[in-house]
Amino acid sequence: MSVTTPRQTTKRGTAAATDTHGPSIKRTERREALVGVLMVSPSVILLIVFFFIPVALAFLLAFTNARLISPSISFAGLDNFTRLFQDELFWKSLRNTLLFAVVVVPLQSAFALLLAIVVNERIRGTNFFRTLYFVPVVTSIVVVSILWKFMYQPDGLVNHMLQSLSFNVIQGTDWLGNPGAALPAIIFMSIWQAVGFHMVIWLSGLQTISPDLYEAADIDGASKWEKFRYVTWPGLRNTRTFILVTITIAALSLFAQINIMTQGGPLDATTTVVYQAVRVGYQQQQTAYASSISLVFFILVLTVSLVQRYLTREKG
Amino acid sequence: MRSGTMRPLVLAGVTVLAAGVVLAGCGKAQTNSGGSSSSGELTLWTHNAGNKEELAVVNQIVADYNAQGKTKIKVQAFPQANYNDSVVAAATAKKLPCILDTDAPTVPSWAFAGYLGELNLPQDLVAKQLPSTLGKYQNKLYSIGYYDAALAIFTRKSALQSAGARIPTIDKPWTAAEFDQLLGKLKANGKYKYAFDLGTGDTGTEWWTYAYSPFLQSFGGDLINRTDYKSSEGVLNGDKAKAWAAWMQGLISKGYTPKKSGTDAFADFVNGKSAMIWSGIWSTSNLSKLGSDGIYVPPPDLGNGPKIGGGSWQWAISSSCASKDAALDYLKFSLDPKYLAQFAIKQNVVPATEDAAAMTPGWKQGEAKRFFLDESQKFGMIRPPTPGYPYLTTTFAKATQDIVAGGNAAQILDRATKDIDANFKSNNYYQS
Repeated sequence: MSVTTPRQTTKRGTAAATDTHGPSIKRTERREALVGVLMVSPSVILLIVFFFIPVALAFLLAFTNARLISPSISFAGLDNFTRLFQDELFWKSLRNTLLFAVVVVPLQSAFALLLAIVVNERIRGTNFFRTLYFVPVVTSIVVVSILWKFMYQPDGLVNHMLQSLSFNVIQGTDWLGNPGAALPAIIFMSIWQAVGFHMVIWLSGLQTISPDLYEAADIDGASKWEKFRYVTWPGLRNTRTFILVTITIAALSLFAQINIMTQGGPLDATTTVVYQAVRVGYQQQQTAYASSISLVFFILVLTVSLVQRYLTREKG
Repeated sequence: MRSGTMRPLVLAGVTVLAAGVVLAGCGKAQTNSGGSSSSGELTLWTHNAGNKEELAVVNQIVADYNAQGKTKIKVQAFPQANYNDSVVAAATAKKLPCILDTDAPTVPSWAFAGYLGELNLPQDLVAKQLPSTLGKYQNKLYSIGYYDAALAIFTRKSALQSAGARIPTIDKPWTAAEFDQLLGKLKANGKYKYAFDLGTGDTGTEWWTYAYSPFLQSFGGDLINRTDYKSSEGVLNGDKAKAWAAWMQGLISKGYTPKKSGTDAFADFVNGKSAMIWSGIWSTSNLSKLGSDGIYVPPPDLGNGPKIGGGSWQWAISSSCASKDAALDYLKFSLDPKYLAQFAIKQNVVPATEDAAAMTPGWKQGEAKRFFLDESQKFGMIRPPTPGYPYLTTTFAKATQDIVAGGNAAQILDRATKDIDANFKSNNYYQS
């Protein structure tokens, strides 16, 4: 809200203004300020109540021994953190989370870019394909997870397809029951689910690139690859940063698929930091310990994002 | 241009995620308040809004009680999924109802937190009850139940006969060796894909503890040392616990039981996929599809006697109740055998007293369902009554899932023990 502009005019105006003008201008000014406050207040109140207070609480609780149900709360210092850093499950969760992010971020963004370039061509049926790739995104992740859980069963669709496509050479496995296959299976399904969303963002980026540049490149006799390398890729700078940051954050906060498909198993092969935090805080009712996991997770994500921002900053 | 707006966006995104984790934990608790009792009217909370039959009996008791013209009771029913959250939220807001029901393993936790008051019921009334229907914490009675549930092995007479096995009884259950022999023969016969379905398709935590810790106890192990409830050392990772883990893994590796049961394991059993299944009294209605061939028998004696899980929903009075005498009067009234019998009939559960059993068709001495009452009396093991139970059960369930998944049993049990001991120590052994 720009409240400053009218104030400046009043300053200039007061000297010349007659008595009848002065109050009316002040009233307008006050009314504008009030309207401003009124318009901001719903989101500010919601942010404070559902966001700042819980976050502050979580940070405080991380240093206590609070439980969901306990007669008293006392300060515990760094006890939660010492336990956390000795907790094998936490390290496994962290490893799985990072592994997931390291695989998903490049694969998903590259695949999304590929799809975006394909559906950006002016050929028949692009709208159909755009819709097709976008369908998993608008489907609830819960529904998608339940469906893939069935598809990944030993006698499920995935194994049947593998068998028929490879003429029974590939037998498949119990995808979610096999510690070695569970995380890759979830990675595959997650990319399939979310790739459409980033395709649309790439697409919007592609369409901001002026066709003139391509025309000029054509006149210069640039090949397809050169056009991509020297026109498309630099033109997608800002889109790229946005996609990188959003995919990374989404990947690090992996939870829904795990909660529905594997509950962290088999043998901790798919447990993640957020899943562990929810399990500890809610099922085990260890509020303080869960808060300390959240705090560590917060710092982790913040660090990763800041590093990314630094690396992708506009140089010069 | 975009880079200017990105930083707040990233920060906001990051913080939302962190908050989301916390909110997912706490947010649910911020529902329902109210229900405080005004003078002359007591509020009663129950978890069975989604269970019409059980709620009908509760409503019937309350209507009968209100007709006496003493204190008036008002029933508020909640869906089971949100019930515990509502109670915790109400306790935080100091608005607990006078009378409430609670799941047996939660009782110590709520008593410890000061939600529940001690029940001063007459000794002769309490003595009649099945032990597993009494919610005790530190030798004080905090809750009392109308019924219990019971586990059993459901099987076909024909399957046992084909394997040359006898039908075990409560007085003479199968020995570990007998049971192993039976499993081997059933597998060799090849008529059933699985000899013994454990029902491992259920991902809910409580089923894993309720169903499989009795086997551990039958081997002589336990979740925690029950003398002082301070440590699991030696009981959850001792030789007996290791023997239990090896037995569980053997059932799977020998192909007797599926690593992951079907979504409806009992239907698989009825359809002839498995010869025996580990299930509970609630399955008796589906068993009738097998006619006289369908039977239920006690679990085998794996060394320390057969064991089954005990403890279901029970009733308690809040410590903040202003008219405890009136609330207690209602509880006494509600424990009338005729009501207990109603629960057993409508709910297919084990009636809590002999008097009630005598009034329930099918439960009298020598009748078919009587088995479950005798079984509960002789083999019922309540889950460890400690405020640390939520941690115990989640840790045990996870360890069992890892064991079933084929992990290194000794390592898994040692880690679970270490986790439990560290948690209990950090929480001052749940004593303050």
